[in-house]
Amino acid sequence: MTTATPLIEVRGLKKYFGSGARPVRAVDDVSFAIRPGETLGLVGESGSGKSTIGRTVLRLVERTDGAVFYRGEDIGTFSGERLRKLRGKLQIIFQDPYASLNPKMRIGAILGEALSTHGLHKGAAARDARIAELLETVGLRPEHASRFPHEFSGGQRQRIGVARALAVEPEFIVADEPLSALDVSIQAQVINLLADLRERLSLTMLFISHDLDVVEYLCDRVVVLYLGKVMEVASTAELFARPTHPYTQALLAASPKPDPLQPTQHVALQGDIPSPIAPPSGCVFRTRCPHAIEACAQTVPPLREISPGHHRACLRADLLAHTAEGRLP
Amino acid sequence: MSMTITPRLTVKHLSTSFPTEDGLVRSVADVSFSILPGQTTALVGESGSGKSVTSLTLMRLLPKTANAQVDGQTAFVTREGRTVDLLALGEREMRSLRGNQLSMIFQEPMTSLNPVFRIGEQIAESVRLHKGLDRQAALAHALRMLDLVEIPAAAQRLHEYPHQLSGGMRQRVMIALAMACDPTLLIADEPTTALDVTIQAQILALMRRLQAETGMSILFITHNLGVVAHHADDVVVMYAGRVVEHAPVRPLFAQPAHPYTQGLLACLPGKAAAAGQPRPKRLFAIRGQVSSPLAPPPGCAFEPRCDQAIPACSAAMPPLCETQQDREARCIRVQPAPSCALPSRERAGVGAPDASMGAASSTAGRPHPNPPPKGEGVHTQHPR
Repeated sequence: MTTATPLIEVRGLKKYFGSGARPVRAVDDVSFAIRPGETLGLVGESGSGKSTIGRTVLRLVERTDGAVFYRGEDIGTFSGERLRKLRGKLQIIFQDPYASLNPKMRIGAILGEALSTHGLHKGAAARDARIAELLETVGLRPEHASRFPHEFSGGQRQRIGVARALAVEPEFIVADEPLSALDVSIQAQVINLLADLRERLSLTMLFISHDLDVVEYLCDRVVVLYLGKVMEVASTAELFARPTHPYTQALLAASPKPDPLQPTQHVALQGDIPSPIAPPSGCVFRTRCPHAIEACAQTVPPLREISPGHHRACLRADLLAHTAEGRLP
Repeated sequence: MSMTITPRLTVKHLSTSFPTEDGLVRSVADVSFSILPGQTTALVGESGSGKSVTSLTLMRLLPKTANAQVDGQTAFVTREGRTVDLLALGEREMRSLRGNQLSMIFQEPMTSLNPVFRIGEQIAESVRLHKGLDRQAALAHALRMLDLVEIPAAAQRLHEYPHQLSGGMRQRVMIALAMACDPTLLIADEPTTALDVTIQAQILALMRRLQAETGMSILFITHNLGVVAHHADDVVVMYAGRVVEHAPVRPLFAQPAHPYTQGLLACLPGKAAAAGQPRPKRLFAIRGQVSSPLAPPPGCAFEPRCDQAIPACSAAMPPLCETQQDREARCIRVQPAPSCALPSRERAGVGAPDASMGAASSTAGRPHPNPPPKGEGVHTQHPR
């Protein structure tokens, strides 16, 4: 990490669902930091804990252990008015634009609710002006304020979701798979919108996605998760050029590039993702890892810095040399 | 592709419309394509483009209550060498083909398996029905099928219920079920969309292996262009219920002819960040959205979103026209091949090769090399 104080820092975060002897270990000892103005990508397959991390960071679900710091302060200690103020700074855009807007509320009321909750733009005239401005910011028209969600397409609804998140002028946005419900041509529109707004409003973003191409395009750094644990962290350019964790390599190899001239990758991974109720001992990835050795079952690999800014959790330090090309041998 | 090979399935002028309270919705309009033996044809398009309705129409699986109005012809070559029209067959005969010579896998394996039957019985059902095997022999066949789709501990899985399997395993069971009677045509409707990428890679590799072993043809319906690039031989691009472009996979990705295909490829972030080039600051985006099927634009369905549209585009729906050998496009701005039939040559003054295109025009129908061109003429100048 550089000298700048991170805007958000996650340290040793754990979230277990269910009590008793066998909880679901959705997030298990995850640490990372997001610098002001940075977009951090969180990638992983289903069950990797990426959405849970997003929600825990915002305190939409309470952590089991660990801490989340906002500008150096542990948000777990916030309550009452202080917590409400914090929520104005941290916002979220949800995956499903159909489920995340109240079908009985007009768009103006959906956006206005966010404003009045945080006591912004008081008075009907100021409020309406702000709503019109927000709609224009996301590429909709002011008269859309009087419509209901069902009158909009998926892409437009996602724009409304973005407008709602922006309404309170946040510093930090968790974007939880904001594109996965959208068609490709509409996806590109929303990607451009997010990229524009990020620049114009100097937003910091946690971008959660399973789509590696989108992450490569939009993010500055990437955290790769598997079964609630961090496998690898690196700058986007570094990670996509030189993935060093066997899981990252497999993930990149498995995602087909839209170019028939690129060689079709052979299947690198066998088997299914294990259950987070009974994750494998040692390295959680070892059951599917083509490079697993006996030690992998004994020791949980620590996240180690292998080059400046590039961290990896893997015991097989010997693999680094011949996987530098980003290919499985 | 040689002319001498008879396609396993030929679809001609397929249309499917649904009467609704607000009027007739033409979900599929004038769709034609063919699939050669042992090959994969991909049907690509976004939601509402009609790709799933096309497959359900071919399988005759549209619900009766939908009152679908179906038009067009098909020619399916059966295992016995007979040519039949799937749309004209009697229900009885269709049932003897469906699940037997023609089978289908769906996007969501959980909702397409019966939750109250063991998976062994579900696979055995089709061979009992179509091959007349007894219960014992059918279960033994089911076990072989589970082995074929690489399900570990198949003998034990045979007696499990769908909820006991993971998503990837369920999709393997769906494939085992579809493959049980050794079909010659497999229709796969978004078979990997609900799966994680590493599991998707496994399922695609499995389908590829089975195709190589059995020589079946696959109609692969998907919106994922990455999957298309690596698993299709031939690509049919659909927009608003119509085929807008048809080409073999490599030429399609190298030189998409239709502005919609050009836009679709150009707006992929994975394409934008290709091969060491710096990321563009903005992605190309196709503006606007698909028009409502209840109020289609008067001319080309893509015209309201097209950067290359000219006034003639909104006059009439352009025909699907051959542009080069094995390639077709539905766009009056793409120059047709000299062999193309009259109606298209009359279109909007297109026809004479444009002198400014120089040598390239001699090969006729040259698609634009650099999608997406903004504003500049593709093949011809403004006709008026």
